[in-house]
Amino acid sequence: MRCDVLAISSPGGHWAELTRLFPAFAGLAVEYATTDPGRAVDVPGGRLHIFTDANKLTPRRLLVCAWQVLWLVLKFRPRVIVSTGAAPGLLAIIFGQLVGAQCVWLDIFGLVERMTLSGRMVKPFADLYLVQWPHLARPDGPHYRGTLL
Amino acid sequence: MIFVTVGTQLPFERLVGAVDEWAARQSPRPDVLAQVGGGRVDYPHIRCVRTLDGRAYADAIAGARLLVAHAGTGSILTALDGGVPVILLPRDAVRGEHRDDHQMQTARQMERMGLVTVAWSEHDLASLIDREMATPPSARQPRVRNNELVEFVGDWVRGRLGR
Repeated sequence: MRCDVLAISSPGGHWAELTRLFPAFAGLAVEYATTDPGRAVDVPGGRLHIFTDANKLTPRRLLVCAWQVLWLVLKFRPRVIVSTGAAPGLLAIIFGQLVGAQCVWLDIFGLVERMTLSGRMVKPFADLYLVQWPHLARPDGPHYRGTLL
Repeated sequence: MIFVTVGTQLPFERLVGAVDEWAARQSPRPDVLAQVGGGRVDYPHIRCVRTLDGRAYADAIAGARLLVAHAGTGSILTALDGGVPVILLPRDAVRGEHRDDHQMQTARQMERMGLVTVAWSEHDLASLIDREMATPPSARQPRVRNNELVEFVGDWVRGRLGR
């Protein structure tokens, strides 16, 4: 079973911003993933998958997280992966290359003066590469196509 | 009700303490609910909880007369969408309140866009809360969000899926 979209992010602001994109996936087969089971309230009627929270400061947990994210990507073979970060979203998009997924990265508006670290690293893997502040856009990407604010 | 949130992780006593001090000076005592994360829960003049789950959190913001928060994006988005006014006190990395100064940047940018009120010091918080509470709620309009980005992403995804 291939899903249309895997929408995946870290909790907090990353997830808050990702939820604002959900109307873009109306009518599509979407799998959702974050680290907090409580966020099921944000996907009524949808399926929320939970993975271990991790970042660059928690390398061992990051390995567990990577394994879980890889499993999600291989299980659902999403045609499109959409993420607002951070490290787990980057991993999902890298693993997405294995299943031929088209990948969307939207950098969060919570960083104004530069892109997130994961946002800078995802560039070679993202098919649609967006920032939410015009001054962070570059001619060869990332691009600015509006903001969630 | 005034809802206060400093997120669910790092404490932020500078903010919660200033709101508690403000509440102590009000008569009658205002209803203030604070989500304090890893911070103190024993403030005498306000109700404190560590974390609210998704539904309770959404209800708290929807039912709030005012949101007083750190400059985390989740609560701000929810409040703005519901037409709830927002006062921010950004976390300061110099004081060890966060890893870096991204909250300062976010607050500055949102203030510039006219979306929120920013307390650049905890000493300004009381007067800003007073001013906001003196504004009749009917004078506020829920914000109409610009859907340009959501539509762009939706069209792009559908294009790739051939729908």
